Order: sequence, then structure tokens, then C-alpha cells
Amino acid sequence: MRPGGSEPRSTEETRPERVAPAEEAEARPVIESAVLRVKDLSLWYGASRALHAVSLDVAPRKITAFIGPSGCGKSTLLRCFNRLNDLIGDVRVEGSIFLEGLDIHATDVDVNMLRKRVGMVFQKSNPFPKSIYENVAYGCRIHGMSRRPDLDPIVERSLRAAALWDEVKDRLHESALGLSGGQQQRLCIARAIAVEPEVILLDEPCSALDPLSTARIEELMQDLKSDYSIVIVTHNMQQASRVSDYTAFLYMGRLVEYGETERVFINPVKKQTEDYITGRFG
Amino acid sequence: MENVHRHGDELIENIAGRVLVMGGIVEETIGRALEALVSRDSEAARAVIADDGRVDAIELEIDHLCMEALALRQPFASDLRLVTTAMKIATDLERIADLAVNLSERTIELNVEPQLKPFIDIPIMAQRAQEMVHGALDAFVRRDAKLARSLIPMDDELDRRLEQIFRELLSYMIEDPATITRAMRLIFVAKYLERIGDQATNICEQVVYMAEGRVIKHPGVLPPERGERTE
Repeated sequence: MRPGGSEPRSTEETRPERVAPAEEAEARPVIESAVLRVKDLSLWYGASRALHAVSLDVAPRKITAFIGPSGCGKSTLLRCFNRLNDLIGDVRVEGSIFLEGLDIHATDVDVNMLRKRVGMVFQKSNPFPKSIYENVAYGCRIHGMSRRPDLDPIVERSLRAAALWDEVKDRLHESALGLSGGQQQRLCIARAIAVEPEVILLDEPCSALDPLSTARIEELMQDLKSDYSIVIVTHNMQQASRVSDYTAFLYMGRLVEYGETERVFINPVKKQTEDYITGRFG
Repeated sequence: MENVHRHGDELIENIAGRVLVMGGIVEETIGRALEALVSRDSEAARAVIADDGRVDAIELEIDHLCMEALALRQPFASDLRLVTTAMKIATDLERIADLAVNLSERTIELNVEPQLKPFIDIPIMAQRAQEMVHGALDAFVRRDAKLARSLIPMDDELDRRLEQIFRELLSYMIEDPATITRAMRLIFVAKYLERIGDQATNICEQVVYMAEGRVIKHPGVLPPERGERTE
């Protein structure tokens, strides 16, 4: 409410307007020292092109969400970050991805080392049919660690970091398959962080979980972001808006809009983004 | 891009529709209050006061619909801006109706004494205020930021006319202290109409925000960054 009319209001012409983000070209976020830098990335599955010259920077120690309708390329893009697409035959990639300056497609890159630095958690929790302890220790064993005195603290630290320790500390050597869905998913997160990655990729990590388990994972993500850079693919727009700092909207293999989450959800620049997040298509 | 019917559409459209209905009632209330003043009809002025409950009820209804949309639909982007804007516009409209009630209270008091002077500027102010409210709601329903912006300078005219009325009535009061009661009441009336212009300006600013996502109120003051506190 304004004070009364003794002073005339300034007119439209004299009003200095805040430059809304909507005015800025692309309204892209300014990200300093990006942990992942994607440049003109295109990807083909056989003859069909799944990504069209995508460029974006992933901010360190933040949560970045990829949203978009099914088939938009968001999971494909995520799987590029640890070269998981290499496992699928007939995939061709153009453009580049740098992990802290390292070209991940360079011939001398050890893919196993890359996947240690860029961990992944999938939609369906996939614990190994082993004990809880062995699930978490698995990655460390692969990387050459085998002594219990070395592994014990890592297992505890990882389970604590994944907010699972208190629930499983008395049954570490029981089968992981006996855990609930939400616990299994947190176990997979513990397994991912046991090898101390820099980036954690989450592909629809909550889509099979109930709201309470989802809330625990979301809370966990907030705790983890002080140590890790997180990229999450989600169909759930409320989730993207709740948890992420940056949001990228992909449509038909193209990056349509990328910005600070708050801006993207309150004031998207592109009509396609607007239509998708308001539920007008998709 | 394929367009599909959305479950939330009707609720959002309904909110906009109810804001329009409320605006229509408020606009009409300003007209009735002015008519009662000019025709010195205390009965009509009392009716304006009695009918204020209609506006209050529709304000509560709009608040409720907006809360429902926020809680159950979790709207984003332009839908979100429409819902938050509708809540603020409903508050502004309710204030405008209250000002029309205040005006009618002064009418009843003025009618106890003979008319001080013919009405010249006050009806013009009321007409401008009505036009601003009408235009602001038009802009709201059409999501037309250009129209909303074009209405804002009209507020300056209301400010100028208030000043003019004040000076004129001041001279009456200096000349003859017996006119002070009536002159003061007329100054209040003009002040109410000027306030309606301010409220209509608020609505226009909200419409610009809704349509473009730009904040034009409080020029020079930037909204805080995410997570930042102003104090």
C-alpha cells in the first residue's frame, strides 16, 4: 500500500524497471568453476538422434535437476556423464564433456576411474544379492581395498552419510535384499559414496518410493550436497522444485531452458518450459 | 506440441472469473456511492454500506480458491503468478469497496446540512477511479501488461484533482468557519477517491507481474536473492 496522493506518482516513463530474468538472453545461470562442462553434445542411438548439441555447466556442490517429458533425452544426457552409454551398442557421441577439466572421451581415460569419480544411483534400487556390508564395500574392493580394518570405517561412514546406519548397524551382515525399498535406495546411495565420488548421478531415485521414503532421500540429498555435486533426473516437478538449485528443461533432445530453479518454476522464459511445467503437455 | 486438457485448468479459470465478478461489484459500488453523494440520497448511501458484505464474502471465496489451488494443484509459472496475483487483487478490491463505504458514511453526514457547493471535480474523480478499476480488471483478465501500464499515469490526475479540491475548500474554510465541517468531509471524500486510484495502481502493477514476471512496484528496490534476508 502506498502513501497518499500529495506527491504525484512517477509515470511509466520515469520508472526504472528491474531487468527481469525474462529479458536476459537464454537466462542461463552463471556457474563458476563448473564440475562438469558439456559442450555441443550430440548423441545418436543408431540412426536416431537423442541429443542435439546440448551445452551446459553443472555447478559444484549444488543439486541440478533435469526435467522433461519421456524420451526428451534427460536420462541419456545423465548417462553420458559417466559414459554409461558406452555399454549400449551402436551409440555415437559428438561434442565434449569435461570433468574438472578432464575430457572424459579422451583415449587415455580409464572408464572405471571415471565411474568412481561420477557415481550413479538408478530408479530401481539394485543392491547386489550380498550382505549390507558387502554392498557398501564392493566398490572399494574393486579398487583394490580388501582389509577389514580399512573397509569398516568406510562402510560406517558411507552408511551414516546415507542416513541408514542407525537402521542397519545391528544387521550389517544380513542380506541387503531384506531391506525396504527406501532403505535399499539409501543403501545404493551409500554404495555410490563409499568410493568418494565427486559427482552423484540420480536417475529417478524416488519414483518407486512412498512419500516418506522420498522425503528421506530428498533430505539426504540436501545433506550430501555440501560434499558432492548432484545431478538428478526426475519426472516429478514438485521434487525438482523442492530439491534442486538449478533446473534444466529438455525437450526432444534439445536443452530448451536452463536456470536457477526458482526462476524456471516461477518465471520461465521459454513457452515450451511454461507449457510443460504447468502441465499443458507432456 | 500436443495440447491436452488439464485437470487444474478449471480451478485456475474459476479464480480469474471470480476476481472479475468481484471487480464488477466493486466498480458498481463506486458508481452507487457517487450517485448517492451527488443526489444527496442517504437511503442509497446506507444501501451501499449494507451491501459491503457481498464484497467481503467474495474476497473470502477467492482466498479460499487460491489456497485450494496452491495446496492441491501446486501451480507453476504463469498459473502460480495468476493465483498469487488474484489473492493480492482481491485484497485491493476489498479495500476499494471499503473506501466506497467510507464515502457513503460521509454522504450521510453531509446530508444533515445544506449543500456547500455544486459537485464538479468529485464526480470526475469518481469516474476516473471507476475507469482505472475497470481497466485494471480488463488487463487482468486479458493478461495485458501494456494496458495495465497505460492506466498507471491516470493516478497522477487523481492526485492533482485532490490537490485542487483541497485548495478550493481551504478558501471556503478561511472565509467562513461555519463551512469547516462540510468542507472537511468533502476533502475526505476526495481523499477516498484518490486512494481508490492508488489501489487500482497496485492492481495494474500486479497485472504486469502476472503477465511478464516483472516487478514494477517499488522502483529501485530489488527483490532479495534466494535465501537472502532483507533485514
